[in-house]
Amino acid sequence: MVAAAGKEAPTGGASARWESDPILSVEHLTMRFGGLVAVGDLSFNAGRGDITALIGPNGAGKTTVFNCVTGFYKPTEGRIVMRHGPGRQAETVEEVTNSGLRWKKEGDKGIFLLERMPDHEIAHRAKVARTFQNIRLFGGMTALENLLVAQHNPLVVASGFTVGGIFGLPSYRKAEQAAIEKAVYWLERTRLIDRADDPAADLPYGAQRRLEIARAMCTDPQLLCLDEPAAGLNPRESAELNELLKFIRDEHGTSVLLIEHDMGVVMEISDHIVVLDYGVKISDGDAETVRNDPNVIAAYLGVEEEEEIDIPEVLEDVSAAAGKAGTGKGGKA
Amino acid sequence: MASTRTDAPASDGKPAAEMPAQAAQGRLAASLKDAAVAAFLAGVLGFFFIGLRTDIEPGGLEITMRWTAWVVSILIVFGGRLALNLFVFRAQRPATGIVGAGLSGMGEALPGLGKWLMRGLFVFALVLPFFFMAAFPGKDRQFIDLAILILTYVMLGWGLNIVVGLAGLLDLGYVAFYAVGAYSFALLSQYFGFGFWMALPLAGILAAFWGIILGFPVLRLRGDYLAIVTLAFGEIIRVVLLNWYEFTGGPDGISGIPRPTFFGLEFSRGDDGFAAFFGLDYSPIHRFVYLYYIILALALITNVVTIRLRKLPIGRAWEALREDEIACRSLGINTRNTKLTAFSIGAMFGGFAGSFFATRQGFISPESFTFLESAIILAIVVLGGLGSQIGVVIAAIVTIGGIEMLRNLGFLTQIFGPGFDPVQYRMLIFGLAMVFIMVWKPRGLVSTREPSAVLKEKKRIGADMVAQGEGH
Repeated sequence: MVAAAGKEAPTGGASARWESDPILSVEHLTMRFGGLVAVGDLSFNAGRGDITALIGPNGAGKTTVFNCVTGFYKPTEGRIVMRHGPGRQAETVEEVTNSGLRWKKEGDKGIFLLERMPDHEIAHRAKVARTFQNIRLFGGMTALENLLVAQHNPLVVASGFTVGGIFGLPSYRKAEQAAIEKAVYWLERTRLIDRADDPAADLPYGAQRRLEIARAMCTDPQLLCLDEPAAGLNPRESAELNELLKFIRDEHGTSVLLIEHDMGVVMEISDHIVVLDYGVKISDGDAETVRNDPNVIAAYLGVEEEEEIDIPEVLEDVSAAAGKAGTGKGGKA
Repeated sequence: MASTRTDAPASDGKPAAEMPAQAAQGRLAASLKDAAVAAFLAGVLGFFFIGLRTDIEPGGLEITMRWTAWVVSILIVFGGRLALNLFVFRAQRPATGIVGAGLSGMGEALPGLGKWLMRGLFVFALVLPFFFMAAFPGKDRQFIDLAILILTYVMLGWGLNIVVGLAGLLDLGYVAFYAVGAYSFALLSQYFGFGFWMALPLAGILAAFWGIILGFPVLRLRGDYLAIVTLAFGEIIRVVLLNWYEFTGGPDGISGIPRPTFFGLEFSRGDDGFAAFFGLDYSPIHRFVYLYYIILALALITNVVTIRLRKLPIGRAWEALREDEIACRSLGINTRNTKLTAFSIGAMFGGFAGSFFATRQGFISPESFTFLESAIILAIVVLGGLGSQIGVVIAAIVTIGGIEMLRNLGFLTQIFGPGFDPVQYRMLIFGLAMVFIMVWKPRGLVSTREPSAVLKEKKRIGADMVAQGEGH
């Protein structure tokens, strides 16, 4: 299955990082809502240390893919593999898949089958953090508190599952101090340190977007999923966002998967772009490849009726998806 | 663009300066005219309703004219309308606005005041029984009993505040845990001879256990559905207690519940009693004072634990859950367990309070645990301001103390005549008072939220920012 996923990639070649060292593999993902196929037999990889962009016209199924990856939807079919540690770890992936376990972790290495895990475990164990298209901050809590809530799981352990904390053990105080320092670090990175004690709902829109990213980063993610982080930002704020995302990738080694409509952001910072339309992948590669792909141009700019029929790959994909929908569990080993 | 902006206030300011003399005259004329129209309408309508009075006479109905009442009502309408016109409708600064601002200003001042109010109340609470004994020798027992009752509700309010105020889960069946606590102690003492201090922790644990039992099915529910299921749960507990006659005594209740002992000393007249041991003259008031300090200690424990919990990850997770459950899940917070802890810890304090209630009364029956109790506890929490500890105290004093004080409205009979029974109107007056408070302070008496962690400067968070959670 893994090998097949590798072969399917139309562009990029064997040297591409997302083929040799993917942090996330989405394999034959199908999501149906009743009769509607929101995502049909989608396969793509996100490379470790890459910024991967998922783009496509409105309604292409990008957010659905996101919700499947982060566990908010349970996919109808398919496998989503999150890898900690280098390489494809193909054998372990097959082992975990066949064992019926949700995940397996040994030291730094770990394989997580996200389609089997509930959302909070995906964030907690698989280390996948996300932001939301319509910002979801804890509005009545201060920016600092928002970042402390994000460090919930390590802090609960440090507080002795609350019992130690109630009696005010010094080990918990130390852990809380460390958590505040980490929050301060991210507040400084996102230029929100002056607003640390203000309620999140009181911040301007751009600051709320940054705070949501800071909050996601406070969970120590290996993969950061951003749903339209540049939506509603002015050009200056977009440029700042680019810098922030590059900083996250380069200094923290966190891989980024983002949905974005702002092509300025996408083309500038993405190492790898996956294009969706009507729930199927129409292009996959680096910025240059995608920009010149006729399928992408057709999907974005629209083409004459006859021309559209002439694009064989789209038709193939659509019919393949429809076929998959009928045949059932082929994607799952 | 900039120039028009700077012009605007100047052009507005000019007529504003000239306004008083000219406009006031116009305003008075218009007000008089409006009041006259209103008085005329009142006269026309009132002529039949007020001016004519029909009495049953042997030969049929007899009409009597009540000119005085008619004229007085017209004058009242004229004067009232004129006053409203002058001070509210046409005034530059409506009087209602000033009063409202004053009231909300009082609310804003409360947080700053809160710290001192808290300390003052605490010291007052410590010396309260002796104050009552010194100040009201004849009525001390009644007043201490009332203080015990208020403190019980303060504790219940603080317990429910965890579930409703912090975690944002609307619980309409909180009295169920109160009942579980009370019956746990009553049954443990009846069947196994447990004393109060042995049964107290067990009652709390059992109530927490029931909190988890309730929590599991309601976890998936949101909003109104959650409220309805908790309401049903509260009723189920009561109905089971009422009908399981062999075990709980059904409507007969359980009597002879042991009183709390002071390190094994009973508050009785005998030689081995508390008074004899300490060489005091026996007085029944000792037991009341002791009960008062027990509930004070229990309530303070509830308060301290809640304040601590708020600054722990679990407390922050509760508040985050109230703000946005989906965001919580995206941050790796197990929302199911978080809700369960809120339910069970809230229930545990309810259980402690219930156990205290049983020992104070010496007798319990399902009648004490009706939905009205849940409603009153919830009213205390909402009136005080969701999530506010000091707000609950004030609201409990106002609510419970208020209801009790309304029993002593004998002087109203002098106004409304000897047939007037004020006790029958106390719930009406109480309800009206609640409506007025909620109109002026819709988010409770202390509506601002205090952050649980501060970097540089503590800023209180306004109620409009804070979410209210499920089912509000």
